[in-house]
Amino acid sequence: MAMKVDMSALETNFSIPCLDDGDGMHLSADSPDVPSMVLPTCADFDGFQAATKDMVKNKRGTTTLAFIFDKGVIVAADSRASMGGYISSQTVRKIIEINPYMLGTMAGGAADCQFWHRNLGNKCRLHELSNKRRISIAGASKLLANILYSYRGMGLSIGTMIAGFDEKGPGLYYVDSEGARLVGNRFSVGSGSLYAYGILDEGYRFNMSVEEAAELARRAIYGATFRDAASGGCVSVYHVGPDGWKKLSGDDVGELHYHYYPVQKTPVEQEMTDAPSTSA
Amino acid sequence: MECVMGVVGRDFAVVAADTSAVQSILVHKTDEDKVMVLDSHKLMGASGEPGDRVQFTEYIQKNLHLYQFRNTIPLSTAATANFTRGELATALRKNPYMVNVILGGYDKDAGASLYYIDYISTLHKIDKGAFGYGSYFCLSLMDKLYHPDMTVEEAVDLIDKCIKEIRLRLVVAPQNFVIKIVDKNGAREYARRDLVGDNASVDAATTVTA
Repeated sequence: MAMKVDMSALETNFSIPCLDDGDGMHLSADSPDVPSMVLPTCADFDGFQAATKDMVKNKRGTTTLAFIFDKGVIVAADSRASMGGYISSQTVRKIIEINPYMLGTMAGGAADCQFWHRNLGNKCRLHELSNKRRISIAGASKLLANILYSYRGMGLSIGTMIAGFDEKGPGLYYVDSEGARLVGNRFSVGSGSLYAYGILDEGYRFNMSVEEAAELARRAIYGATFRDAASGGCVSVYHVGPDGWKKLSGDDVGELHYHYYPVQKTPVEQEMTDAPSTSA
Repeated sequence: MECVMGVVGRDFAVVAADTSAVQSILVHKTDEDKVMVLDSHKLMGASGEPGDRVQFTEYIQKNLHLYQFRNTIPLSTAATANFTRGELATALRKNPYMVNVILGGYDKDAGASLYYIDYISTLHKIDKGAFGYGSYFCLSLMDKLYHPDMTVEEAVDLIDKCIKEIRLRLVVAPQNFVIKIVDKNGAREYARRDLVGDNASVDAATTVTA
């Protein structure tokens, strides 16, 4: 089977020349084949808006990450929600507390993530009641993955990591609405994930203290918010240990920036001094 | 970009696959095992969409186990291949599985065998085969270098040559591979070929020659 390489980033989306009634501006093209750009003051502004929104293809504007180390799992996320170019919220909780020893991260559609994580929490509780023992992270992630697989192609948008601590130790799974379920030691999900991976992969060691691990996570999310427009707000860092999860910190990225890059007093090149007064 | 390949030798079959899990330009992980051990003497190397791949191979595996529970004898490789093809065919015009499969197995009576099953339920019994972009580079190599009744060393050497060619010529080639073997002693992992990741030999991919 020939697999299609995803070239959508190379596509241009300029609409055809806007043939209006005389009002509204448009850049006329030399020939019908050359795409011309439609400026906002055109006759069909709603259509233009809808087309722009589609072009932006709001793909999981977020940065979340999680990794396993010798003292458990660290889970971190930003808190920005964006709709195209509009920041709709800077205070979104993207780390969802499924139960006291399991966390889920949110990327993609907020409603989808919140609903299905809540649903997963219900199923985990039912499992505990039926089997008199906690569900494993592998089991919980498989429950979610099977549900999402059955809704494949129906428009759910979920890119989540299920992180927690069970009898076998720390567990981390990546589950998404395409049906993928991957077990691993470190993952980052969202539009800023590529930036976060750079810092995370470089600084990661299995043996770290909780503070070092939290600082790595915080720095990686900060780095992603710095470069990715769709990520920002605050960085939340959680740690999941044998006794369950605990929120370690929540820092505004603006303040973190000056913490990592304090304002330097720039050397003065030229100074203005008063001109010697000339008494006439 | 996923590559799965298989070769049959004297009383054994080798199935190899890359171990990358990729989404668009991001590599999620470099140690994803795509060759599933169906039962004691069968291997199923699968490539395709991530959800489909895992769900389909696990479905086949569980049905194989069910058959063995019910009938106390395991299904033969040929029957497994036909069962797999049948499931793909039934689903094809309703809810198709986008999975390509190389099935290798060993039976006491039939010896080692290899089957090629693609996502539209094509079934062929083969000596050597490959799926994915890697197949464009490997199939001609296999055609030239394969001969019947190869030893394990010769077969793994052929697979290694294919891996080397994929790494050399395929743009955005997968870096790491797993090689599994099935013979009269059972199905097991034979080797990993890792260039990157936590299990790669130190600086395998980053040594700089001055």
